[in-house]
Amino acid sequence: MEWDWDFVYQIMPTLLAGLKLTLIITLVAAILAALLGLVFAILRRSSNPLIAQPIGFFLEFIRGTPLLVQLYFIFYVLPDLGIVLSPFVAGVIGMGLHYATYTAEVYRGGIENVARGQWEAARATNLTMRQTWVHVIIPQAIPPMIPALANYLIAMFKETPLLSAITVLELMNQAKSVANSSYRYIEPMTMVGALFLAISLISVVVLRFLEHRFGRPVR
Amino acid sequence: MTDWLGYLSLILQGAAVTAKLTLMGSVFALIMAFVAGLGRLAPIALLRWLATVYIEFFRGTSVFVQLFWVYFVLPFAGITLSPLMAGVLVLGLNVGAYGAEVVRGAVLSVPKDQYEACIAVNLTRWQRMWHVILPQALPLMLPTFGNNAIELLKGTAVVSLISLSDMTFQAQVVRAQTGSTLVPFATILVLYFAMSLLISAAVRAVERRMTRGLDGVR
Repeated sequence: MEWDWDFVYQIMPTLLAGLKLTLIITLVAAILAALLGLVFAILRRSSNPLIAQPIGFFLEFIRGTPLLVQLYFIFYVLPDLGIVLSPFVAGVIGMGLHYATYTAEVYRGGIENVARGQWEAARATNLTMRQTWVHVIIPQAIPPMIPALANYLIAMFKETPLLSAITVLELMNQAKSVANSSYRYIEPMTMVGALFLAISLISVVVLRFLEHRFGRPVR
Repeated sequence: MTDWLGYLSLILQGAAVTAKLTLMGSVFALIMAFVAGLGRLAPIALLRWLATVYIEFFRGTSVFVQLFWVYFVLPFAGITLSPLMAGVLVLGLNVGAYGAEVVRGAVLSVPKDQYEACIAVNLTRWQRMWHVILPQALPLMLPTFGNNAIELLKGTAVVSLISLSDMTFQAQVVRAQTGSTLVPFATILVLYFAMSLLISAAVRAVERRMTRGLDGVR
């Protein structure tokens, strides 16, 4: 079979519609992962072992099992328990939760990198725990983490094709349906790869910039 | 009464396929990691360039996309691979690309005076790499290799989508036949987790073995 440019032009609108959904899902799931990861990281540091240990185990468990199976779990098991989610919501929750366990690790590293003296100073000036976190620790911990967080954003973007397995009509699924109805696999599959590669390569450039801008400030 | 034992043995058969795929993929990934990682440090520009293209290409797209491409597009070029072959190939190449950066980083982190000492005692390039640099760089690579192996294990779930009967595929079969969702998926989640614990334990054991005698050096 030959590569057919006309066919590529013909399927491009469909693929771009899928790409749009892919980007939306990535963004929503990334926001979820960023927020949830912070919650996990703070809970993980809790001085109460009844909170810290189960959270630690939960994070290990999520990180040690495949995202695809977690998506199946959310998509197929939860409805039996009475929680019916649309594929989009199930996908966002699955991806957000999975990557939250990774961002939690980034936050942990960032928080531990804040100098001990900052904690002591916060205590010395009689700040409450909440004030310490909001005004002292988090503002200092976040900027050095930005490159690592952006790295996971790219990783999430690349993993969105998995959502096609739970019937989300993102880029990969659009390509598959085009391929199945036209019996032409070369163009759709290759275009999906090319689109992902192009966006990943661009984001790597942005990542380099972020590393330059935020990574390891000179003290 | 559902025949849970029969279904459990089905899932365990799938677990064997997953384990086999993980093992073969890891070996292939390890080879690719060293080839490409050392390739990026090669004195020949063409090799460096090839290694960079390989690494960026495979890190730029996900296992899923690569697998579908290999499985559905390569046959048109006359290359037909079995699902297992396609899985091992893609997982190995993909994780190998991540591993290559680890190899490169670890080799570069060996202090410069080690290189200078090798030149001073007139070792060849090969001797320098084999006897001096790699023994020091390997322990640095191991923890990240362990994480990569777990990523590879998690990546194997994707091959179920090209109809290889791994654990995830068998769980779907059980779901289709029994209508039960919680049992098959909870079972395989636990099994995947057990396998990833096994990998990290194995890597720690190898790490202890390799750092033996290196105490005090670093």
